[in-house]
Amino acid sequence: MAKVEFLGPIGRPSLDVDISNLNELKDYFKEDKELQEWLGICAVAVNDTLVCDLNMPIASEDKISLLPPVCGG
Amino acid sequence: MLELHEGSLHVKEILATWYDKICDKNYGAFIPFVGIVRDEDGIEGLSFDIYEPILQSWFDAWQEKAKAQNAILLMAHARGDVPNHTSSYISAVVSPKRKVALKLINDFVEDFKANAPIWKYDLIDGKRVYAKDRSHLLQGHGLLKADA
Repeated sequence: MAKVEFLGPIGRPSLDVDISNLNELKDYFKEDKELQEWLGICAVAVNDTLVCDLNMPIASEDKISLLPPVCGG
Repeated sequence: MLELHEGSLHVKEILATWYDKICDKNYGAFIPFVGIVRDEDGIEGLSFDIYEPILQSWFDAWQEKAKAQNAILLMAHARGDVPNHTSSYISAVVSPKRKVALKLINDFVEDFKANAPIWKYDLIDGKRVYAKDRSHLLQGHGLLKADA
């Protein structure tokens, strides 16, 4: 199972999901109204690299991170 | 070099340590930037979450850019709560030449604000309130949002 991490202020525990690409993760979350608010502003990293392609294959050992808007300093 | 500290940064100690490390290496310029939390809008301070793996790779990419100009980047950031009038962030450029260092510190801090995976909260009545309005969207945001 791939692992999904919700970083920073999202404040949710991580989640194990059985998916083969990011399109399936998008579908998995589509009924979660509270999370949809975050998904509109979150970037996505797979194994700590930001990605922009929903067709990206996901393997069972992969880590997917959701990153809300940032502000350091 | 990237350092993460719990709570406010000990500015004098950090800057002295960095200076001692570089002063005999024949660099002509050491340009630090120190960020200090301001008392504004009734906050007691700021608080920070950091995602270290991506912060480290972001910093390493900048270090390579600096190296190409014979410069070195140094950075320290606080994790957790940082009261008003204390420091949450220090960065510095060390370089043989002043002009390179001045440009690099500006470009580095601008990109830090836009892309470093750090989340800021205002401390109000002892609670952390996400500073959403002051935060910056990362590249590719919205990828997983359901189609309207």
